[in-house]
Amino acid sequence: MTFYIPQDTTALALGADSVASALQAAGIEPVRNGSRGMFWLEPLLEVATDTGRIGFGPVTANDIPGILDALEADASSHDLYLGPVEEIEYLANQQRLTFARAGQGDPLCLDNYQALNGFKGLSKALGMSGQQIVDQVKDSGLRGRGGAAFPAGIKWQTVLDTRGEQKYIVCNADEGDSGTFADRVLMEADPYQLIEGMVIAGLAVGATQGYIYLRSEYPVAHRLLNIAIERAVAANFLGDNIQGSGKTFHLEVRLGAGAYICGEETALLESLEGKRGMVRAKPPLPAIEGLFGKPTVVNNVLTLAAISSILEQGAAAYQNFGLGRSRGTLAIQLAGNIKRGGLIELAFGVTLREVVEDYGQGTHSGRPIRAIQVGGPLGAFMPESQWDTPMDYEAFAAIKAMIGHGGIVVFDDTADMAAQARFAMEFCVVESCGKCTPCRIGSVRGVEVIDRIVANENRDNNLILLHDLCDTMEFGSLCAMGGMTPYPVRSAIKYFPEDFLLKDAGQGYK
Amino acid sequence: MNSTLEKTTGISGLVAKYKDLPGGLLPLLHAIQTEIGYLPDSAVPTIATGLNLSRAEVHGVISFYHDFKTHPVGRNTVQICRAEACQAMGSRRLEAHAKQTLGINYGETTADGNISLEPVYCLGNCACSPSIRINDDIYARVDTERFDDLMSGLLIEEGASK
Repeated sequence: MTFYIPQDTTALALGADSVASALQAAGIEPVRNGSRGMFWLEPLLEVATDTGRIGFGPVTANDIPGILDALEADASSHDLYLGPVEEIEYLANQQRLTFARAGQGDPLCLDNYQALNGFKGLSKALGMSGQQIVDQVKDSGLRGRGGAAFPAGIKWQTVLDTRGEQKYIVCNADEGDSGTFADRVLMEADPYQLIEGMVIAGLAVGATQGYIYLRSEYPVAHRLLNIAIERAVAANFLGDNIQGSGKTFHLEVRLGAGAYICGEETALLESLEGKRGMVRAKPPLPAIEGLFGKPTVVNNVLTLAAISSILEQGAAAYQNFGLGRSRGTLAIQLAGNIKRGGLIELAFGVTLREVVEDYGQGTHSGRPIRAIQVGGPLGAFMPESQWDTPMDYEAFAAIKAMIGHGGIVVFDDTADMAAQARFAMEFCVVESCGKCTPCRIGSVRGVEVIDRIVANENRDNNLILLHDLCDTMEFGSLCAMGGMTPYPVRSAIKYFPEDFLLKDAGQGYK
Repeated sequence: MNSTLEKTTGISGLVAKYKDLPGGLLPLLHAIQTEIGYLPDSAVPTIATGLNLSRAEVHGVISFYHDFKTHPVGRNTVQICRAEACQAMGSRRLEAHAKQTLGINYGETTADGNISLEPVYCLGNCACSPSIRINDDIYARVDTERFDDLMSGLLIEEGASK
């Protein structure tokens, strides 16, 4: 029997290491796998038996002797027995493409990766021209998973078409939105998939150097990525003359330093260059003048990871998932006040209500859900009337909400939406790069004005002022930081006016 | 504690190591901070000369990023997540409790030099909030009671190492 206990951040944060120690004390050396993303079951102990992989969770070190006894007799008699892991509904109902391998084995084991179809996409790509690879990505309909949802193939085409002796592939792993962790799970559970995607991107556009810009808040991912890169170099999947092809691609992880704004691609490039993470004006696009002024592909972790399966299975297979212009799968991250939080990979089109009620099973507190914030700190707070919106980029944009990176944060009925609106402005104060006035100063004034409204100080006029201020920030800021901070603020006022002591949303506010 | 001379030598060595790395300033600053615990003002001229930057540029980068500290910090850094998912699970209560029981505000260090308290905006552990980070370890579902347990753990470790 083989035992698996994850080395994922959340599993570790819930005591996975002490479970591993308890197993070792019983003479068992567990495989430290990645997480399946069913975080309410972590630490999830899996056991490969003659009849398949069964699970127990959430386990503590104290449960180990009992589980070992049960395994000798009747495993299903144990209270924490979950049955075959892949038949757990939460997981079985998903459409796992990018996260197909997550949790199956040791994320750093190259043999395991290859046994599960790893590097098949790369070996196909090594036999193709750059244009052929770019065409595959275009045909797949893949759009950037970082938040802006720009078609990846078009970005790649621009970089391919731009002349330059040196080009770069930059992976944006500065996953700063609250409620998101899909990039982290991918990097911790299946780092070679990201590496493979980046090498393919390099082959496609003619780049020989890649950087993963990783946030410093992810120490576990940092450690695992560095080991994975070292092993990929040793096995010649990175470096010079990759697999005897004559092609070169070098990869390095660079650590951020706690600035949310560096998730914005131009600020990220500045930071990678060793500067303050100040947002650049566009144009020029990074695809034309990016890192160190050279043509650069900047893509999110999940975008680059998806590339390997697109190349392996073909563009059409990927295109078959989803609806409208949102193709493929979306990594939904269910977080906040939720009973069953975790990672849910599904084709686009599932509704928010299905995710929160069917997968999430309601709030952790057991109280009614009041508001849902989708897409991170710059996303709108959605009231119940909007929960039947299908999760697709265009459907969300139509109601002034955004899917962003797919994070869903659930709040119960104790949430104070005026306090949340104030926090949105406060966060912008802390994290603004300071380049443009509407964001840098507007956010400070925003906090003050919301304080006055809540204190019932000249409320009607201050509401008009806040509305004006939101307009100025939305239309006058260089990037989404200042430009979208008004979204959570306005939605809080519009849909939860009682928290601002308003009679109705229309009073003194358009 | 390192003497000033040792610090300067250490910094020069690191500058030499990183000066030719493209975009090497951030990796260098991280390396110095890992080595010394913070970025002393006295390091700025050495870094500037080594990387062919102005002192203002180096200072500008240090002051931009939340991670970089210009003063010594406690032996343990405790970060409390202030982001929305943790707020939805009561992190506002947790941060008030932390400030009160430790007797310090964000950006401050306890009088015994044991704990520095910092805010953090998301540790990527949002399905099991509230989250805190102690040095390089992240903890999930931290209520006030668990917070107190973790802090006493830091005091016991402190006692054991003396």
